[in-house]
Amino acid sequence: MGLAAASRRATGLVSLAALGGLVACSSPSGGGGDPAGASQASGGGTYTIWDPYPQHDRSSEWVKLLETCGTQAGVTIERTAYDTTDLTNKALLAAQQGNAPDVLIVDNPVVSTLAEAGVLTTADENKLDISAIAPNLLAAGQSQGRTYGVPIGANTLALYYNREVLKKAGVDIASVKDWTSLTAALQKVKAAGKKGITFSAIGTEEGSFQFLPWFWGSGARLTKLDSPEGVSAVALWTDWLKKGYAPNSVINNTQTTSWQEFATGDFAFAENGTWQLAGAKQAGFDYGTIPVPGKDGGTAPAPTGGEFVGIPVQKDVARYPASQKIVTCLTSGANSLTTTTTLSYIAPTEQVRAEQVARDPELKVWVEAVEAAKGRTSDDLGTKYPKISEPMWGAVQAALSGSKSPQQAMTDAQAAAASATQ
Amino acid sequence: MNRVSQAPARAAAGGRRAAPRPRSGQWAAWAFLAPVVIYLVIFYAYPLYRNIELSLRDYTVRSFVQGDAPFTGFANYAKILGDETFGPALWHTTMFTMVSLVFQFVIGLALAMFFVKNFRLSATLRALFLVPWLLPLIVSSSTWSWMLNSDSGVVNAVLGVLGVEPVHWLTSPDWSLWSVIIANIWIGIPFNLVVLYSGLQAIDPVIYEAAELDGATGWRRFWKVTFPLLRPVSAITVLLGLVYTLKVFDIIWIMTKGGPSGSSTTFATWSYRLGFGNLLPAFGPGAAVGNLLIVTALIFGLIYIRVQRRRTLS
Repeated sequence: MGLAAASRRATGLVSLAALGGLVACSSPSGGGGDPAGASQASGGGTYTIWDPYPQHDRSSEWVKLLETCGTQAGVTIERTAYDTTDLTNKALLAAQQGNAPDVLIVDNPVVSTLAEAGVLTTADENKLDISAIAPNLLAAGQSQGRTYGVPIGANTLALYYNREVLKKAGVDIASVKDWTSLTAALQKVKAAGKKGITFSAIGTEEGSFQFLPWFWGSGARLTKLDSPEGVSAVALWTDWLKKGYAPNSVINNTQTTSWQEFATGDFAFAENGTWQLAGAKQAGFDYGTIPVPGKDGGTAPAPTGGEFVGIPVQKDVARYPASQKIVTCLTSGANSLTTTTTLSYIAPTEQVRAEQVARDPELKVWVEAVEAAKGRTSDDLGTKYPKISEPMWGAVQAALSGSKSPQQAMTDAQAAAASATQ
Repeated sequence: MNRVSQAPARAAAGGRRAAPRPRSGQWAAWAFLAPVVIYLVIFYAYPLYRNIELSLRDYTVRSFVQGDAPFTGFANYAKILGDETFGPALWHTTMFTMVSLVFQFVIGLALAMFFVKNFRLSATLRALFLVPWLLPLIVSSSTWSWMLNSDSGVVNAVLGVLGVEPVHWLTSPDWSLWSVIIANIWIGIPFNLVVLYSGLQAIDPVIYEAAELDGATGWRRFWKVTFPLLRPVSAITVLLGLVYTLKVFDIIWIMTKGGPSGSSTTFATWSYRLGFGNLLPAFGPGAAVGNLLIVTALIFGLIYIRVQRRRTLS
């Protein structure tokens, strides 16, 4: 009895550790978790698609589009939606078990990881047409001259502002052109008794994503975190917190909680993405957007968000042609407009972007931001990026929480990143 | 078991068809055992084996998929022992576990002593104290992180009324560990309350009467009668609590993600961060940290068995 109870406790822990080691999911998901293996083995007309859009259910435009594309390719689509953080591991496990989906839609910084793992085929191998795609978006899925998939759409970050708060504080939004003028605006807002700016500096990839426009906007490069420019970006945020222009809660804010702060109507600015546009319309106050300004003016390169459609490696190469038709269908011309509209994204091609702006002029700022944007794994960083990103968000947290000076935080982060990427 | 081992003996005594029958008896025994054995192997032994294997190989995403990760012995363990996160994580895990246990036990015992008096409404109040146990952790942790928010949290609002400067509960490296400990104590009190309450009820009232006749009341009665008689139950409560607390992950991850800047990172959150918290998973080191936790829990599990055995012997 005692032994049984004790071993039950111990195994309770084992299951946690198993979670840590990814083992718990490996055997069940290989066994019966997904129908992909079964349908592939039978070689029937069913093709599996995995995407990270659980918010779009069976009746949504997105799923209808998938089904239409399947019909055009002469196959039946079986679509599974995963949470985006879950999808990377699911895809790796499925590849390990030899039952990867036929078409996989993943977040762009993950593409290089999956490519490195040998999970994805290249665009060349499957003759995917990428000629019209903007090069800055494509770069996130490129490694050593090869492209692994097609961007389905893009989003990025910009600054939302509350017109009423700015009016009360006597700030003209046209005057906000660089860091100095932005900080001056924040100072006026604070003096007027309102709150300055909110963003997300949480200790995850989300924190790095939000910090990058400032980091890149300073002229810094990811290969050298502790350059004077990089330090100045951390110092900018730290300074805002010290002076009370940004709330202390940003250290723990996700982009969602940061948005909730902005939605209270007390904040002048919020750094957030295209995907909040629908929420902004419901917020009940007059808002506008500007691109994140660079240190000395101009538009700072923000990191690209958004997914790539790729074709995972299959044992049965006869499956590729139909997959290729599906991918082409999802990303080409008229369908791209449907895809990006349903997903609330900016299109990856210039032509479709023009159509989007013609329909909704509000998107103009976002199109500009996307055009200036940069993939996190670009510059041939690939799988080095995650090893740089983690020390970087750590440095931002250390500086904002006051446990290190901006200079010290970035010096330590550079040392950690250098040893991790060796 | 006993009946099974008797079966062949009886068959042998029966005579003629002695040879085949014991075998069928054994087969039956194995057949009955099989579901449990298969269950244990699939859900406990295999994951544990895989976790150890993961920690002994150099996994990259490529070798994880292709299945050709080279065996590197204890390199992953050496790596995490030499990592600068190791020292703080060990300290945080120890602090988190010890402080949580002490407060959970003391408050749980005080409440149990209070409720064992069986006054009106005591059953209702006791039920209310169980609420933290019934709530899903995601709900209670999110509520805590919302209450402790620096700028809009209710805790700082109350402190503000009292004239205290706002405390950055979740965003200051000096406070984040304490915040998650406070939340964890709150969550752990019901468990201590329930177990200690039933332990208190098991003490024969006659002993209290005798103590009273001898003139022991109040604190004296507690230290001389209640506490010694409650010791076996206390020991088990604390040991179980220890194993539970060591592995606490959800509360910390939801409230602080182990931050800011690692100030509330424990082994459990570190293991998760290594394995899943990054775009590029480090399965090997993640599994190694997980295994350290298992070993620690196993040591305390063994202590628990000894305590149990001593208890049944005495």
